[in-house]
Amino acid sequence: MKKTVLLVLALLLVLSGQAFAADTIKLGFVIPLTGDIPKVGEASKFAAEMLREEINGKGGLDVGGKKYKLEFVFEDNEAKPESAVNAMLKVIERDQVLAVVGPQSSKQAVPAGGVANDNETPMISPWSTNPDTTKGRPWVFRAAFLDPFQAPVVANFATKQFKAKKAAVLFDISNDYSKGLAEFFKAEWEKMHGAGSVVGMESHGSKDQDFSAQLTKVVAAKPDFIFLPENYNIVALIVKQARDLGYKGPFMGSDAWGSAELMDLCGKECVGQYFSTHYAAAGATGATKEFIDKYNNKYGYIPDDVAALTWDATRLVLQAIQSVGKVDSDTRKMRKAVRDAMVNIKSFDGITGKMSFDENRDPIKCAVVVKISEKGEFTFAESVCPK
Amino acid sequence: MEIFIQNLFNALQWGSFYALIALGYTLVYGVLLLINFAHGDIFMVGAYIAFFVSSLLLGDLMGVFNLPGWAALALTVPLTMLLTAGVGVTLERIAYRPLRRKGAHRLYVVITALMCGLILENGNLALLGASRRKLPDMVDKVVYTFGSVSVTNLKVWVIITAFLVFFLLQFIVTRTRIGMAMRAVAWDKFALPLMGIPLDSIIVFTFVLGSGFAGLAGLLFAMSYPILDPYMGAMVGWKAFIAAVVGGIGDIRGAFIGGFLLAFIEIMVAAFLPSTFRDLFAFTILLMILWQRPTGLFGVAKTTKI
Repeated sequence: MKKTVLLVLALLLVLSGQAFAADTIKLGFVIPLTGDIPKVGEASKFAAEMLREEINGKGGLDVGGKKYKLEFVFEDNEAKPESAVNAMLKVIERDQVLAVVGPQSSKQAVPAGGVANDNETPMISPWSTNPDTTKGRPWVFRAAFLDPFQAPVVANFATKQFKAKKAAVLFDISNDYSKGLAEFFKAEWEKMHGAGSVVGMESHGSKDQDFSAQLTKVVAAKPDFIFLPENYNIVALIVKQARDLGYKGPFMGSDAWGSAELMDLCGKECVGQYFSTHYAAAGATGATKEFIDKYNNKYGYIPDDVAALTWDATRLVLQAIQSVGKVDSDTRKMRKAVRDAMVNIKSFDGITGKMSFDENRDPIKCAVVVKISEKGEFTFAESVCPK
Repeated sequence: MEIFIQNLFNALQWGSFYALIALGYTLVYGVLLLINFAHGDIFMVGAYIAFFVSSLLLGDLMGVFNLPGWAALALTVPLTMLLTAGVGVTLERIAYRPLRRKGAHRLYVVITALMCGLILENGNLALLGASRRKLPDMVDKVVYTFGSVSVTNLKVWVIITAFLVFFLLQFIVTRTRIGMAMRAVAWDKFALPLMGIPLDSIIVFTFVLGSGFAGLAGLLFAMSYPILDPYMGAMVGWKAFIAAVVGGIGDIRGAFIGGFLLAFIEIMVAAFLPSTFRDLFAFTILLMILWQRPTGLFGVAKTTKI
């Protein structure tokens, strides 16, 4: 009895949802609003809402001469893989969204990508850099460069900047992103400097707070620099503990450092360190600067790379919808049309740079290396483009 | 060898936190036979209280005060302990005491404690948001280096504090009148009022001690690992509880030794083997200890604990 009532209710919801969907376009956002990296979720949400307000302010998105209001559904993935899968199913089945933006971190994007692909819903991850997110999944796209590209960027830069010969890596073994990037980096570094040039390769779990045992090993191996492909919240802990253990050399980070919250948590310990990322906010020009100023005015801080990438990823999806030329009321058919349109986008001029897409639906775009200044700004140090 | 000494210091620091939290578990258990599962979260609340008190005193918050770092620390320590003790006593008052009055079975009180812990975690999440906090620096860090062994001033303080707290608690419980009353509660809760001992005051005192030192642990933890989040107490709390059980829950020496033992195994495994083996080895060894001594290292198989 109860089940029937629930079923009827669910049916009603779906029906009303579809009736309502007549002149709106619904997109899902599966982002980490709570959990380990809440600032990432906040930045994604802020960027998306800014875009929605801008478009809805003009009456909506123009598809084939008709204006459609945008409706964004924000679903929290708690920065956990299992929650990301649930959230993904929720927006696909309950909310009947046309496409999903997110999850951001590879840790959630890799499992959630499988769900999107199985349910034939286009998904674009703005921030995920692990190759597995899109590999063999024709419905999954991304807006960020890949770790096999990021790793040599880091390796080359460290070789040049620190005159480093010996590297050490500390990574989170339960995080696809961290683990993947650490392995790509190790392979790249040993290719450049010979076997055994990675003198420390240590791992930890994602809930760990004490890294002293691993760092003691790393510091004792006397590396020229320590590479930390870690989320920004852990970076602050590791850097401090390494200094406590008498390590005086430099650190090098990856794009997961680039949160607006990094400097609140890490403070002066992180000043002077370098990391690779998707864009440099300090000294940006053109459309990028416009975005940064608008965001800063609205929310009171400089947007990080996640915000910029979410902006780009969402615009990519909207552009694809526009190029379909009409909005089919059958969600399944429309999803298919959106996917095909996304595949057909060959190049896109985003605020994180020009990107073109390869056959794996991965963008080919430039990376930048930034330095953390005295003031806590991420200032441009070098730009590396794929050959 | 130097790596071993360095790791010994690492283990002593990490073990100090386990020991301080385990002491709180063991005190409450020793007196009430209640496993206070909210204790790890009281520790978390302590860290947050330390954050707000120190920010207030340093002038980062509201800007009323503007004390120098050492003065702020000197005031933060007692204030944090006092306020955290208040939280612990409040929990006892609104959650555990009504159940005790109604003569509820111990199992229900333990479940209540678990729920209180979750309420503290999620209440914090709802109140303060998911963003991480960083405890402001109150004292400058000094790194002492001997050969390749490095120790910070903070590390030394943490270890010394853990030992001082242990000796203080051991003294209170075994050498003072109120300590004798605490042991008497564990012995026979019903005969106690007949002897003219105020049961409720003794229990409140136990919670003051346990929560106060959880607050101190929270402050020191936040100084050593300065990223605060609402779930920071969960894992540490669980592990400290296990440490207390291995040491023999209800016994103060047991909690202390158990805390350091767990940290020592964890650090040494992570130091010489891949870190993924850490919990596997740590808990296998603890399981073997419990096989041999099901009541823990210092435990006695009677209710005459503490």
